Amino acid sequence: MAHEKNHDYHILNPSIWPFMGAVSAFVLLFGSVLFFHDSGPWVMLVGFALTFYTMYSWWADVIDEAHQGDHTPVVSIGLRYGFIMFIMSEIMFFVAWFWNFFKHAMYPMGPQSPAIDGVWPPVGIETFDPWHLPLINTLILLCSGCFATWAHHALVHGNNRQEMKWGLWGAILLGVFFSILQAYEYSHAAFGFSGNVYGGTFYMATGFHGVHVIIGTIFLAVCLVRTYKGHFTPKHHIGFEAAAWYWHFVDVVWLFLFFAIYVWGA
Amino acid sequence: MVDATAHGHDDHTQGFFTRWFMSTNHKDIGVLYLITAAILGFISVMFTMYMRLELMNPGVQYMCMEGASLIASAVEECTPNGHLWNVMITGHGILMMFFVVIPALFGGFGNYFMPLMIGAPDMAFPRMNNLSYWMYVAGSTLAVCSLLAPGGNGQLGSGVGWVLYAPLSTTEEGMSMDLAIFAVHVSGASSILGAINMITTFLNMRAPGMTLHKAPLFAWSIFVTAFLILLSLPVLAGAITMLLTDRNFGTAFFDPNGGGDPILYQHLLWFFGHPEVYMIIVPGFGIVSHVISTFSKKPIFGYLPMVYAMVAIGVLGFVVWAHHMYTVGMSVTQQAYFMLATMVIAVPTGIKIFSWIATMWGGSIEFKTPMLWAMGFLFLFTVGGVTGIVLSQAGIDRAYHDTYYVIAHFHYVMSLGAVFCIFAGMYYWIGKMSGRQYPEWAGKLHFWMMFIGANITFFPQHFLGRQGMPRRYIDYPEQFSLWNEVSSYGAFLSGFSFIFFFGVMFYTVRYGKKIEENAYWGEYADTLEWTLPNPPPAHTFEILPTQDMWDKAPKH
Repeated sequence: MAHEKNHDYHILNPSIWPFMGAVSAFVLLFGSVLFFHDSGPWVMLVGFALTFYTMYSWWADVIDEAHQGDHTPVVSIGLRYGFIMFIMSEIMFFVAWFWNFFKHAMYPMGPQSPAIDGVWPPVGIETFDPWHLPLINTLILLCSGCFATWAHHALVHGNNRQEMKWGLWGAILLGVFFSILQAYEYSHAAFGFSGNVYGGTFYMATGFHGVHVIIGTIFLAVCLVRTYKGHFTPKHHIGFEAAAWYWHFVDVVWLFLFFAIYVWGA
Repeated sequence: MVDATAHGHDDHTQGFFTRWFMSTNHKDIGVLYLITAAILGFISVMFTMYMRLELMNPGVQYMCMEGASLIASAVEECTPNGHLWNVMITGHGILMMFFVVIPALFGGFGNYFMPLMIGAPDMAFPRMNNLSYWMYVAGSTLAVCSLLAPGGNGQLGSGVGWVLYAPLSTTEEGMSMDLAIFAVHVSGASSILGAINMITTFLNMRAPGMTLHKAPLFAWSIFVTAFLILLSLPVLAGAITMLLTDRNFGTAFFDPNGGGDPILYQHLLWFFGHPEVYMIIVPGFGIVSHVISTFSKKPIFGYLPMVYAMVAIGVLGFVVWAHHMYTVGMSVTQQAYFMLATMVIAVPTGIKIFSWIATMWGGSIEFKTPMLWAMGFLFLFTVGGVTGIVLSQAGIDRAYHDTYYVIAHFHYVMSLGAVFCIFAGMYYWIGKMSGRQYPEWAGKLHFWMMFIGANITFFPQHFLGRQGMPRRYIDYPEQFSLWNEVSSYGAFLSGFSFIFFFGVMFYTVRYGKKIEENAYWGEYADTLEWTLPNPPPAHTFEILPTQDMWDKAPKH
């Protein structure tokens, strides 16, 4: 601010977005509790709107700062560290859902538990055939990851914007396709969400993954828009790199879901 | 403190709202953390005062269905209000575990002093830092809302214990439990963002020449704590999300009727819960190391083993969780493993304790207030550690599980261990943060009241536990009355000392003696924050520090 800065770190000006973000989180969660207790979804929806508005404005600021040259080499390294740490925490979040799955699959509860285990999948549950739609979805997501990597290479080696756009378009469309197929699969499930531990385990694990797919798709779409605007250079493209890392993380989680829940757990 | 630091800053152009609500300054955010944690700590301590009042005599005198009061009435009828009691223990636990100790040590001191110690101009993500703080406030607000919202038994608040065990937490009616779950979600998200920030700052922004093996111990302790938070809190987030869907959307994760397993919740909770207790104490290790070195006038003994002992404690903290659950019906093999793994933790902890003693050995010890707190910590943490070894035995735990022995044990390591570290840090650094020094006699009086009070509170609880008094009950048979009465007197003394502490701090920041000298604790307070004026200017290290400013290795 008033002082001379003699280092490459990023000293930020005051910002309203963190405060707004916390207010939004409060409204969102308080509204959700009201919603759970039959008081209507309105407060929760306001919370969502505020949250999205805050996210948009905050990240718009970050992009502006990037253009002003605030993201020096050392700051760029910090942003990368930060994103890797974020993905690590996300992995640990999925650990909770896999823990729940493996516990119930390996030591299923039965009438004589814990002396004699029950069976998995639980009696009366008809699971999906992994080698139909789930396999196709696996291939779609892996192809989408390849497209993202292609886009990355196009940018880094040769700065080929046209190919980068194609790669991103491919990755995004396949991501959307994955979400549609997943919704189709859910609508044809032979088991419900509630009442049985299988339903909750299956839908919460794959559902949280699905949410991450949607977030990743939006992240890539933002990168596509930014590519059209010419934001990325072969040296400076932290936003895109983070999106690609996130997308690969989503890929890998799916592989674990596929092999554990769909193949082995069936 | 707010006032005092405000004068210290040269940036007078910022308005109140801009400075305290839109901050991107790690020092201001650290101060906000400390103040908020102090307020919530006060609420939480008041809960315990009420509980100790109720437990002072057998029978229920204060928490009546006819109305809770602070004065016992012998005449009127009193139907015990167990729900109110349960709300008190739950509120005390949730507030202390999530909203007081970690925000004070990790959020407050970590924010303020970790960047200063490594010579960084600010945190790596100064704006996200503020998000962490305000999400912590949002979480605290949800927690307070939970206390006042309709809960179980047709009353207000939820009374399921801070661990939120299923099926109690999945079947309690009302909004209160959902609000408490979301409070933990938000504070967890806040801590994870804080952890990402701390890790990045520590890895990326150390002063030129400061290799990892030269970083100060407090900075290391924050780094280790940040990793514990980063890796364990998301698991808790998953577990309490399962609680939420079990409560509201009919899933059966923890409901045996649908094939679920309530024990699974305990595993997930304690996979977080055990690292949690190290998140609470490890930053304290860092503070105590600096305090002991400063007032023994010697560099810390065994710097590198101290670092790796903290790392080892952090790693081991992830593989011992089920020692909280010996009585749930695990196989003997599992119990044997968790018993062994738990006892292994005594090794790195022993390294730390003996290194602190070795630091003092042959030193010229000055018994200033921070040093008293640090030595108090050393003694009390050792007592709590030794009872921890006792409890780690699965066989002995059969008798001690859920008795007052456990209460005594974990209050010795947390209420006396971690909280003594907070006070040590406050008295050590208040001059740096406010530019004014506390009156020495007041600090010492606070220490002795708290030390004596806390020991009178918790030492007799070992006896009660050995006699078989279970925890979490509003009432007890007359046979237990002697030590309960003694314990209550101790609690009132330490509660009073806490109020006295607020007085001392208020006096210090308003009227305390101004200190001009940067390193007012002498030359062995040699980390980088001591090269700065009291209080430091808004922006520090705009010219990065050079190695001779902090690397004292050749000199000592």
